[in-house]
Amino acid sequence: MEFLSYGFMRNALIAICIITPLFGILGTMIVNNRMAFFSDALGHSALTGMAIGVLLGVAGTDVPMLLFALVFALVLNHMKRKSSASTDTIISVFSSLGTAVGLVILSRGGNFSKYSALLVGDILSITAKEILCLLGVLVLTLVFWLVCFNKLHTCSVNKSLAMSKGLPVRLIEDLFAVLIAVIVMLSIKWVGILIINALLILPTAAATNIAANMREYHLFSVILSVSSGLIGLVLAYYLNAAVGPTIVIVAAVFFAATFFARPLFRT
Amino acid sequence: MFGSSDKKKRNKELRKRAGHLSERAACGLHCIKMEDIGVYAGKTPIIEHVNVHIHCGKLTAIIGRNGAGKSTLIKAILGEVAHTGTIEFRDMKENKVKKLKIGYVPQHLNVKKDAPVSVYDLFAGCISNVPVFLYRKKTLYNEILNRLALFEAENLIDKRLGDLSGGELQRVLLSIACTPVPNLLLLDEPVSGVDRKGMELFYRTIHNLKEKYDLSVILVSHDLTLVKEYADSVILLDKTVLKEGSPEEVMESDEFHEIFG
Repeated sequence: MEFLSYGFMRNALIAICIITPLFGILGTMIVNNRMAFFSDALGHSALTGMAIGVLLGVAGTDVPMLLFALVFALVLNHMKRKSSASTDTIISVFSSLGTAVGLVILSRGGNFSKYSALLVGDILSITAKEILCLLGVLVLTLVFWLVCFNKLHTCSVNKSLAMSKGLPVRLIEDLFAVLIAVIVMLSIKWVGILIINALLILPTAAATNIAANMREYHLFSVILSVSSGLIGLVLAYYLNAAVGPTIVIVAAVFFAATFFARPLFRT
Repeated sequence: MFGSSDKKKRNKELRKRAGHLSERAACGLHCIKMEDIGVYAGKTPIIEHVNVHIHCGKLTAIIGRNGAGKSTLIKAILGEVAHTGTIEFRDMKENKVKKLKIGYVPQHLNVKKDAPVSVYDLFAGCISNVPVFLYRKKTLYNEILNRLALFEAENLIDKRLGDLSGGELQRVLLSIACTPVPNLLLLDEPVSGVDRKGMELFYRTIHNLKEKYDLSVILVSHDLTLVKEYADSVILLDKTVLKEGSPEEVMESDEFHEIFG
């Protein structure tokens, strides 16, 4: 337990105890709703958000990133409803454009390396204030889940069915998109664009292998997510490697294990 | 644990109890009037000038070729697509306009084969605010068991949706659509992916439903034989209502022969 003698490791540990359950919960509906591509595109749009912040010369890039992601998520939802083109194509176009615009602006003058931390993330640099912010998001998500989960689930299963039960389908879909945007933007600096989606999807996908209903699904997803996070952090410390990717590898091992254990849970 | 004879007894008991849930039978005094319904994609009409008038206790089948606008009409009634014209639900006993309660049986569900969603999860998610990801409420579980029993689906409650057969899923969806009992039951091509026996059971169940409850049924169907057997009236749709009347009237009309040959 010597690693806990470092302040930055203690902070990282607390941050992981907040981010991983958050991702475990959120992941369940991203996977069920086939929105993996959507959250990935949001992650990429962080580059443009940051670029806009740099262009405007704002001190912190958090606010422009968040605002851009919100607009991005809502416009994407709107396009999905209006357009007859396939959702994957639309998201792909948005995602590539978001990445490209961000890269063009940030790489002007050849100093992109300044921003490259955004790609891999650095959880060891998180501060107490930022941890509090994440805690706020966790509470917000839990409240949303308690109040809206049933409605969100009905909408994801069949929109017309949700309409017939009198649910405000659009509002619920938009709220969920906004929630994903907020969570992705506030955690992207610590987790990194390249791996944020793996952390959202892998523990949940592993839970899908062994869960029989919603309760088990959430329970396994959160347990696997938190375990991957904690084991990954400790491993990364002893291997002297980046934390995010190490967590992803642990989560992938969990996925493989549950995949092969599947027959034991399906009777 | 229940033995198999105990289980049968329990199921019988459940069905008996479920019978008490049934509301008063159809009186023919509730009517749904749709006037001049139109749905447009830009300026191109998908359906227009559709007038439909139905009474409770009647099964109305909508037939027509692919792309005739049958599903669009259903979506307009649900409020999922914007439409022109009016839909009014009137109680002629009290001569009052009331809010229309709709039950809808979807064509398919957006649920992956291996998704960990049980019948209870889907059902409870649709009819209650008890968060299904957190805990299972015993009274709600029993209530759902009762509702499922009405459609001979009580043994499916803990099964995952991906493990149900087409016919089983349909009975579950029908049960959800009828909880609480709606004024109008909408069924969108409910016969896809179900074998002949399952289809006949399904039509019989709907037939029993409209006898037992105070509701109207609109059914989009491709199976003309079953329509002929079970529908009280038929609407032939092709952008607008081409012909309506009893199954015989419609199926012997020139308009019908022009479309179905």
